[in-house]
Amino acid sequence: MAIDVATVRKVARLARIAEPEEKLETLAKELSGIMNWIEQLGEVDTDGVEPMTSAVHMPAPMRDDVVTEGGDPEVVLSNSPRRAGNFYVVPKVVE
Amino acid sequence: MSDLTSLTLKIALDGLAAKSFSSVELTQAHVEAVEAARSLNAFVLETPEQAIEMAKASDARRASGSAGRLDGAPLGIKDLFCTKGVRSTAGSRIIGEFKPTYESTVTANLWRDGAVMLGKLNMDEFAMGSSNETSAWGPVVNPWRTAGGNARLTPGGSSGGSASAVAAELCLGATATDTGGSIRQPASFTGTVGIKPTYGRCSRWGIVAFASSLDQAGPMARTVEDAAILLTSMAGHDPKDSTSLPVETPDFASFVGKSVKGLRIGVPKEYRVDGMPAEIDALWEQGIAWLKDAGCEIVEVSLPHTKYALPAYYIVAPAEASSNLARYDGMRYGLRVDGSNLTDTYEKSRAEGFGAEVKRRILIGTYVLSAGYYDAYYLKALKVRRRIADDFEQAFGKVDALLTPTAPSAAFALGDRSDDPVAMYLNDIFTVTVNLAGLPGMSVPAGLDASGLPLGLQLIGRALDEGTLFSLGSALEKAADFRARPQKWW
Repeated sequence: MAIDVATVRKVARLARIAEPEEKLETLAKELSGIMNWIEQLGEVDTDGVEPMTSAVHMPAPMRDDVVTEGGDPEVVLSNSPRRAGNFYVVPKVVE
Repeated sequence: MSDLTSLTLKIALDGLAAKSFSSVELTQAHVEAVEAARSLNAFVLETPEQAIEMAKASDARRASGSAGRLDGAPLGIKDLFCTKGVRSTAGSRIIGEFKPTYESTVTANLWRDGAVMLGKLNMDEFAMGSSNETSAWGPVVNPWRTAGGNARLTPGGSSGGSASAVAAELCLGATATDTGGSIRQPASFTGTVGIKPTYGRCSRWGIVAFASSLDQAGPMARTVEDAAILLTSMAGHDPKDSTSLPVETPDFASFVGKSVKGLRIGVPKEYRVDGMPAEIDALWEQGIAWLKDAGCEIVEVSLPHTKYALPAYYIVAPAEASSNLARYDGMRYGLRVDGSNLTDTYEKSRAEGFGAEVKRRILIGTYVLSAGYYDAYYLKALKVRRRIADDFEQAFGKVDALLTPTAPSAAFALGDRSDDPVAMYLNDIFTVTVNLAGLPGMSVPAGLDASGLPLGLQLIGRALDEGTLFSLGSALEKAADFRARPQKWW
């Protein structure tokens, strides 16, 4: 299936990646090429096949709902691009 | 003491135990080899001081009689593994100068057993690539060259730094990861041994995530026995990874050299693909003959959905990646590029931080998961994935392991395939099925092509049956008697 420029623009927006207008055409071609190659999956009969969501055949393990570690803001904030005291500084979220 | 770098891990450990040399001597020799090999671009961060400190501590442990399984052995660590206080970038600009405040479980297991870290190894960005050319740090160069040629070849990817460093004798072994072939294809391209264990064998905790239902860590080494020793340390149940299997880790080295007489080996006819070089087909035939000579019974099997594995993978892996990589938003760590508002900051940070291939996969993943396409693409791919896993289950009703080529070509020149994404994806045609089914797969160097480049054969086993792969791998290794090493030019 061909992916057009408008779809690339929308998907890039959903993925929060700024793609300049002049690159959209090239990207549309590349993504269309990949998706066209993927279309061959349509040949496989998958009626009644259970989707495989995990490679592990076991139920998800459970643990007690308790705090195991934490309480160290220095560790948490040590890689922050910008901080003020024990807080991350981020752009204004609520106008 | 430059001879110390050409030892196998096993012989080096024996030498340390016999006090023939110290870990400091062994480590120093490797530190010098790493420094002298910068033209390979295998390391993105060298940690020589830390290495010598770790080696000194190892020598002290050995003197006091408390040495571990890997005590004193210098290793390289793929930059996808978070290492406490040591920059870990996953080959991406978006992670920037990130210094983890924690240690991945796999590397913690190696340090528990006494290993020494030489530094962090180059890789394709977020492990997305088959030639190491998507790395923000530039491509790794394969120490191998064609006979008489001097073109720079790819070591494969995504674990290209690991492969190149092991092949060039810069470390005794390395950690690597494999989501679609990222251990086995580089092993094949560099004449090294690599194993992707069963999904769940090694904890994924602290490994930067690409596609969580496919990612699995494993070792790269110069011999099957060395890979077995490393995997025994790396593996083990970890409550911090909910998909880590609660099973005992056997001593994998105990399977090396064991008789393979009477084992039934499947040869999947669908792996004979159009356009595969005749040499690879011939090497496969040779591998079949070697295993027959070792007493195996050869059985032709069918894995009918093989050709659909790559297209299914290129839905499943990008879908998971688009979700996993949503966390890189420039707020808590890594690169932040200021924009006019919050969304603009996200979009600019991600546009500047991610490379072209990673962006492509995020876009594909976002597309196939978006409203209206989820059933047609993502759900369809998960059903095809089940079909592929069922193919293997049927085959393993008849055979104990499978033998295939590892990759459809030998190492190619850097730049050769970088402008056609689908051509690059085809590198993983023989390896990706194994990730989708969660099975163990190993690449063993088996011969050289006409231009003098190494080629590998792949063994695929039942879930949790790495032991049989180590026995078969060592049988192949013995029969192939692969001793070729790249001629030093770097």
